[in-house]
Amino acid sequence: MTEALAKPAPVAKTEAATPILGVHNIEVIYDHVILVLKGVSLEVPEGGIVALLGANGAGKSTTLKSISNLVRSERGEVTKGRIEFKGERVDGMTPNDLVRRGCIQVMEGRHCFGHLTVEENLLTGSFTRRDGRGAVAADLDMVYAYFPRLKERRNSLAGYTSGGEQQMTAIGRALMSRPTMILLDEPSMGLAPQIVEQIFEIVRDINTKERVSFLLAEQNTNVALRYASYGYILESGRVVMDGDSKSLRENEDVKEFYLGVGGGDRKSFRDVKSYKRRKRWLA
Amino acid sequence: MVLLGQFLEVLVGGLLAGVLYSLVALGFVLIFKASGVFNFAQGAMVLLAGLALVRSLDFLVARGFPLWSSIILALCFAGVIMAITAWLIERFVLGPLVNQDGLTLFMSTIGATFILEGASQMIFGSDVYPLRLFPTDAWFLFEGLFPGGILVNKLDVWGGFIAGILVAGLAVFFQRTKTGRALRAVADDHAAAQSVGIPISWIWFVVWLVAGLVALVAATVWGTKLGVQFSITFLALKALPVLIIGGFTSVPGAIVGGLIVGAGEKIAEVFLGPHIGGGIEYWFAYVLALAVLLVRPQGLFGERIIERI
Repeated sequence: MTEALAKPAPVAKTEAATPILGVHNIEVIYDHVILVLKGVSLEVPEGGIVALLGANGAGKSTTLKSISNLVRSERGEVTKGRIEFKGERVDGMTPNDLVRRGCIQVMEGRHCFGHLTVEENLLTGSFTRRDGRGAVAADLDMVYAYFPRLKERRNSLAGYTSGGEQQMTAIGRALMSRPTMILLDEPSMGLAPQIVEQIFEIVRDINTKERVSFLLAEQNTNVALRYASYGYILESGRVVMDGDSKSLRENEDVKEFYLGVGGGDRKSFRDVKSYKRRKRWLA
Repeated sequence: MVLLGQFLEVLVGGLLAGVLYSLVALGFVLIFKASGVFNFAQGAMVLLAGLALVRSLDFLVARGFPLWSSIILALCFAGVIMAITAWLIERFVLGPLVNQDGLTLFMSTIGATFILEGASQMIFGSDVYPLRLFPTDAWFLFEGLFPGGILVNKLDVWGGFIAGILVAGLAVFFQRTKTGRALRAVADDHAAAQSVGIPISWIWFVVWLVAGLVALVAATVWGTKLGVQFSITFLALKALPVLIIGGFTSVPGAIVGGLIVGAGEKIAEVFLGPHIGGGIEYWFAYVLALAVLLVRPQGLFGERIIERI
């Protein structure tokens, strides 16, 4: 645990030269009426791991989907603000355009192609590439090196593999597109704690060895803050707090609301309510 | 022996006729697999492909082109027409309806059916145009064994041969190529396919193009059999029980379903007909489909529904 804390070099928000991804004050509306994001801004430095934290329905997934632009096929729309990837404005591009530019999303709940084998799943990730079979085969070996388990299961239908294997398949599939940025949505969902730890270790490996930046949305604040260097906390469509992982982990409010420890001397539920009511986080 | 000979003749005839149903059903399966849309317009696409083929062929032959080169040119022309149709349908019918309910998409293909039927007859004419691509006479097999031998229609054999090549080609396309893999991925999970950068609109165009080409192949055989005419569109109705029996998502299912329907209805007509009254051929397939629906709703080869707990 302490080792895990030490590893990622904390990246100060101010000194990051040009962030690989910048989201500036975006507003997202579903079905023309439902306002889901109310001005979210965040930055991911080149080569960093940034966590996007918050409860169910806070807008984490929507934020990721509006970056990858999958939000549009769910009848959502980015109505205000702008999104920049490597200095280029990317809101309004198709997911295909973004994958070509190196930004790919791993969706919440894995979304493997159940009727394709694990290897075929991985190969679909190389759809946008134009650098030939040799390079794709080399990357397939790279993915198998990160996930040896997948090599064993390469010929099974993805639908019949375990949750952890599916999550590995989904991450491996994204890796096959040779990305520079992966938007990782809820990788811990429904997985046993050891598997979660294993997957986060691999994510960090990929981050350091392949120089892939990560923006990961997680409910599991504890794990996420151990692997990320910086975090944003979302609450009902707004960023209510941000800071490097260490400061977030030590923040009393984060401890109480997201890490489930501390909280001082509260004795009754009445105190909780009044505390919450008085204290609004508005960044 | 006479009875056995007769039975074999009916069986072989029925199986071969069934392959022709399969040819039409294949187009449905392709589109249903990749986009979850039941394409009511498949029959109209067969008509359009047939008309484009026969009219351009007549045109070229009348201009004095040699027969073989005119056939090839006419096939290319019809292929281009199907490609344009696929593009138009993707662009103006399905594109704006992405992520809508399956029923909505189905309704839109009904609309497309009328437009295709109308437009193709307006452009290419609405008569019955005879097409002579394959021999239509018959062989008599095993004349030593059975009195009179077994009559086998050459056209039906050609149809079976072509269907075999088509299925093999489709299998290679789906299993071995990058685009084929992407098609299967889209069929499994639209959103995930989009997330890895597979452009859905391109995939849909490819699917409709392939279905259009399958319609063209079906049109060459059916056009030779019946002449290219409006009633070809009713083949779509015959393909429905084939799909229900074989399963909406399975290419081999379409073939086997077609064989079962073809053989079943011919045998029922010949051997049951005299006892319970004729015309069985027209409804037998539907009763068969109903029985399959009761016992195995996903069809004989329908996709296994993978559910992990």
